[in-house]
Amino acid sequence: MPIRSSQDLVLVRQAVRTWSAELKFSLVEQTKMVTAASELARNTLDYGGGGEVTFHMLQDGLRKGLRLSFEDRGPGIPDVELALRDGYTSGGGMGLGLGGSKRLVNEFEIVSKVGEGTRVTVTRWK
Amino acid sequence: MERISILRMGRILIVTIQVDMHDQIAMALQDDLTARIVETGARGVLIDISSLEVVDSFIGRILGNIATMSRVLDAQTVVVGMQPAVAITLVELGMSLPGIRTALNLEKGMALLQASIEADEAAIEVSDAILEE
Repeated sequence: MPIRSSQDLVLVRQAVRTWSAELKFSLVEQTKMVTAASELARNTLDYGGGGEVTFHMLQDGLRKGLRLSFEDRGPGIPDVELALRDGYTSGGGMGLGLGGSKRLVNEFEIVSKVGEGTRVTVTRWK
Repeated sequence: MERISILRMGRILIVTIQVDMHDQIAMALQDDLTARIVETGARGVLIDISSLEVVDSFIGRILGNIATMSRVLDAQTVVVGMQPAVAITLVELGMSLPGIRTALNLEKGMALLQASIEADEAAIEVSDAILEE
């Protein structure tokens, strides 16, 4: 799914809501996943200059999960540790996007190369 | 473009957010609301977010901006109706909505606004009386 405009953020939120409802996430779990997706999609748009999100349904034994991968070909993050810190922002936001969304999911992985782009992958298990 | 309507009830403006807000709608609300406060001389703004299923840090920041702008324009803002799941998520995200007063529902928010507008006016009367003496 493309992330090219702020309209797309709404579509991403709706898609994540649908998928997490399908996995029978509780309302709180759904809200956390949708909010994390909203933060990360905004990062992709604002800092990455747009990109893509891909969705994966996971099955691990009896456990089910939803994995989202946000990818852009933007400038990359020079200092990932610093970017994860609350209150750190290079834009006009509150600096809660990365650190905050990390707290809303079960697994969080970020790969970023300066000049090449950034990929953030988050997973939430039911 | 789609816009969020602003209702007026006496000295209070009421906004009910019922759409999944994308950025432009949120920015437009900020502009419209400040214009309406000046136009009507409103003393209070009540924002009902009971239909909002997600409040991310962008929407949180817009709500904070609205509260600050209305304060600068001599009006007070109360946000009402936040869903429990939204409150839990906001706290975990790390956002505490500084400077925003909240109430559980529309009725309580209205009472809170009316009481604080009256308290404001009483304070002005007292200071006027002192000046006259």
